[in-house]
Amino acid sequence: MNRISGYFKSLLLVELLRGMAVTVRYMFKPKYTMRFPMEHIPKSNRFRGLLALRRYENGEERCIACKLCESVCPALAITIDSAPRESDGQRRTTRYDIDLFKCIYCGFCEESCPVDSIVLTSIHEYYFDQRGQNVVNKQQLLAIGDRFEKQIAEDRTLDAPYR
Amino acid sequence: MADLFLHQLVLPVAYILAIVVPLIVAVAMFVYWERKVIGWMHVRLGPTKIGPWGTLQAFADVFKLLFKEVILPAKANRFLYYLGPLIAVVPALAVWAVVPFDSRMVVSNANAGVLYLLAVNSIGVYGIIIAGWASNSRYALLGAMRSAAQVISYELATGFCLICVLILAGSLNITEIVNAQAGSKGFFEWFWLPLLPVFVIFFIAGVAETNRLPFDMAEGESEIVAGFHVEYSGSPFALFFLAEYANMILISFLSAIFFLGGWLSPVQGWVHLDAPGWINWLWTGGFVWILIKAFLMSFLFLWFRATFPRYRYDQIMRLGWKIFIPIAIAWLFVSGCMRYFDWVSVGVGA
Ligand code: SF4
Ligand code: SF4
Repeated sequence: MNRISGYFKSLLLVELLRGMAVTVRYMFKPKYTMRFPMEHIPKSNRFRGLLALRRYENGEERCIACKLCESVCPALAITIDSAPRESDGQRRTTRYDIDLFKCIYCGFCEESCPVDSIVLTSIHEYYFDQRGQNVVNKQQLLAIGDRFEKQIAEDRTLDAPYR
Repeated sequence: MADLFLHQLVLPVAYILAIVVPLIVAVAMFVYWERKVIGWMHVRLGPTKIGPWGTLQAFADVFKLLFKEVILPAKANRFLYYLGPLIAVVPALAVWAVVPFDSRMVVSNANAGVLYLLAVNSIGVYGIIIAGWASNSRYALLGAMRSAAQVISYELATGFCLICVLILAGSLNITEIVNAQAGSKGFFEWFWLPLLPVFVIFFIAGVAETNRLPFDMAEGESEIVAGFHVEYSGSPFALFFLAEYANMILISFLSAIFFLGGWLSPVQGWVHLDAPGWINWLWTGGFVWILIKAFLMSFLFLWFRATFPRYRYDQIMRLGWKIFIPIAIAWLFVSGCMRYFDWVSVGVGA
C-alpha cells in the first residue's frame, strides 16, 4: 500500500510541487540583503576591529613601553623597542609595529595594557593596496587613535559598567 | 529589378532583424530576471546597481564578455573550437522562423513547421559536442558526452509529446495547431487539458533538453566545473550563453503554442464585448497573450532552478527512458482514441 501511494506521489510530482511552494513563499519574504556601502549592520561597542594607540587629553601618549601587550600577543604581531625619551628621560617606545596580517583581533593586548593605550577600535573597513602596508607603525597607530578618539572613548564608557 | 532586390535581400534581412534583435534583448532581460527571481527565492535582492533596479546588469555583462580575450587552449582544434558556438547559436535563432506570435505574425508559415522545428532544434547539440571535443579538455569532453546522451534521450520524449499534439490538431503547420485550439469553452479548449501528462512531460523534457537545472549534467558546476564550455571565454562563451537562453525562451513559447493555445485568449468564447480595438485582444486573442504565456512558462525554468537539486546521471536516464517515454507512448494511444471517437473538439468548426 505504501509503495503504491509512494508511486503515485512521485508520479503526480507531489513532493516537487511542495518544494516549489516553499521557494515561492520565500520569494515574497523580506530580504536580508544589506546594501553595503550605503547601509551598515549595527555594531556592538565591543567590536574588535582595527588597532589604535591612544593619548591622554593633554596630548601625551599613554604607552609606557611596558611591553605587556607584546608578550601577551598570541600571534606575535606586536614588535616594540624602547628607550628613555630625550626630552625628559621617561621610558617610551621608539618603535611600535603591529603586523595586521598576523593579528587575530583577540583583544588580549587591550586587556593587558595597564594604561589603556593600545585599543581595538570598531573600524573594520580598511584595506592595503601595497605590499608592506600591513605593518602599521607607531605614528600610524597614534593617528588612528587621534582620529577616532571620540568613538573609542564612547565605546569604553558604554562597556565600563560590565567590567 | 528593384522588386527582386526588395524580396530577395531587404525583406529577409528585415525579418531576421525583427526576430533576432528582440530575441537578444529578451535574452538579456531574461538573464536579469533570472538573477532577480533566484535572488528573491534565496531571500536576497539580486542585481541592483546598474541601471534602475539593476535592469542594465545583463548588458553590462554582455559588453564585459565581448571585450574579453578569447583564449584558445593548447592543442585545441582551432576550426572546430570556433565552429562549436556557431553551431549552437545558429539553430537557436533559426527555429524562430516558424514560431507564430499571432495568427498572421510569423516569418514563415511553413506547412511542415513542426518538422522543421524538431530538425533544426536538434542540430544545436552538435555545437555542444563539437565544442566539448574540440577544447581538448577532460571536463569539456565529459560535459559534451553527458549532454549528447541526455538531449538524445529527451528528444524522443519531446517527439512523442508533439505527435500527440499533431494527432489532435491534425496538422504539422504550427499556426493551424494553434487554430485547432480555438473554440467556445475558453482555456478548456486548449490542448493542456486532454494532453495534461504530455504537457508536463513536454515541459520537463524541454528543461532537460536545454540543459537547465535540475538537468544540467552537461554543465554540472560542482563536478565538472562548467562542462562543455569550460575552455571558452569572451564572445564564444557569450554565444553559448545566448543559445542556451534563446532555447529556454523557445521552449517556453513552444509550450505556450502547443498546449496553452498560443495567442488565443483564455476567455475565448466566453466574453463578447464591444470595446475599442486596443483592448479587444483581451478576449479575441493577440500576440500579447502568447508573450504572457511564454513569460509564465519561462518563469518555471527559474523556479525549478531555485528549487531542485541536480539529478544524478542515472536518474536522468531512468526518468527519460523508463518514465517519460512510456507515458508519452501510452498517451499517444489515448489521444488517438480521443481523436477517433471525437472526445475533444478541435478547431472552431468541429
Ligand atoms: S589583538 Fe591579539 S593578536 Fe592582535 S595585536 Fe592584540 S594581542 Fe596581538
Ligand atoms: S601599549 Fe600598553 S601594554 Fe603595550 S607596551 Fe604600551 S603600555 Fe604596555
